[in-house]
Amino acid sequence: MEDIDAIAVLQDPVRRRLYDYVAAQGHEVSRNEAAEAVGAQRTLVAFHLDKLVAAGLLETESRRLTGRSGPGAGRPAKLYRRSAGERAVSLPPRDYRTAADLLAEVAEAARLDAELHEAARRQGRALRGGERPAESPEAVSDLLADRGYEPYAESGREDGTEDGAEDGAEDGTAAGTVLRMRNCPFHALSERYPPLVCGMNMALLEGLLEGSPGASVRMDPRPGSCCTVVEISKNNEN
Amino acid sequence: MTAHHLAQFNVGVLRHPLDDPRTAGFTDMLEPINKVADGAPGFVWRLVDDGGADATSLRPLGDDVIVTMSVWETREALWEFVYRSGHLDLLRRRGEWFVRPDEADQVLWWVPAGHTPTLEEGVERLELLRREGPGPRAFTFRDDYAPVRAEAPMRAQA
Repeated sequence: MEDIDAIAVLQDPVRRRLYDYVAAQGHEVSRNEAAEAVGAQRTLVAFHLDKLVAAGLLETESRRLTGRSGPGAGRPAKLYRRSAGERAVSLPPRDYRTAADLLAEVAEAARLDAELHEAARRQGRALRGGERPAESPEAVSDLLADRGYEPYAESGREDGTEDGAEDGAEDGTAAGTVLRMRNCPFHALSERYPPLVCGMNMALLEGLLEGSPGASVRMDPRPGSCCTVVEISKNNEN
Repeated sequence: MTAHHLAQFNVGVLRHPLDDPRTAGFTDMLEPINKVADGAPGFVWRLVDDGGADATSLRPLGDDVIVTMSVWETREALWEFVYRSGHLDLLRRRGEWFVRPDEADQVLWWVPAGHTPTLEEGVERLELLRREGPGPRAFTFRDDYAPVRAEAPMRAQA
């Protein structure tokens, strides 16, 4: 299916809500959970979820939720998650991805790390526009969400297995709040030129959050999410 | 166990000596990052000098050139360590400590599982990559050569 057709599948409002819901979760979503979340009938939800799978927007996997197997275990539950594949449409046709790739290739070869990171820091500041620095953890989280990072607050646990509230920044620990980001806006480039592009992203976030009380940006790569985390210390927030 | 493992050899030309304060940011990261490597999924082996902690005293290519060499079960395991662990932060700041390379500074090649590459072997593979460009016997993360044609070390004797 072409990108434009896949994206057009989202025109249906129920599908759009389902896609948004599944995409926003840090876990795979069952039909029951999705039906509950959007307040629609289960069979209708199953129909639309499978349309989204056919369009390549969601991926599915069957798993027995209970871990049982053999007769009596019941049919495995179908679970949904956002596809890793990217869809984009530009009208008129534009190809900034190829341009970005070429520029990154040359910048990497010339080792323009420092220059790129400085430009990204300036861009981060510029992206905030005339706005004052985000003051609260909630405001920082909103700023990141606006840029497509899909932030969520992590609990204070070192291993990060317990993730915090979906809307972020609510369950900060005594030490403060750690915001992780489920989405990397520069994903494909960051895989091809990690030091250059992940450093660029980090500098951009530093610029964006410059002046935000207690906020600091550091690298802490984890598989499947943005390599950067934002820490907001409690001492400085007022 | 797979029949082949992926070996990696990497060189860096220091801007300042290792004990210079301007290199401290790098040397401070060495121990924790080597620890991450040792515990990383798919890690097999890494080169250490007589000190046993790291390979920084081995200078086969010049007094200001430090090297690393390691072996991993798969290409993915090495990639995840290099680019998706604390090691990424070191790479992000590479320009602070290392001169910009004007030729390949890292080479990958397949070794039979169980084979421990020698320093000479690492240097040879890097020279091969620099001389002939990427191929099945010396390549980079940009390339994707399968281990089917992997072979014994280039020279029978060390």
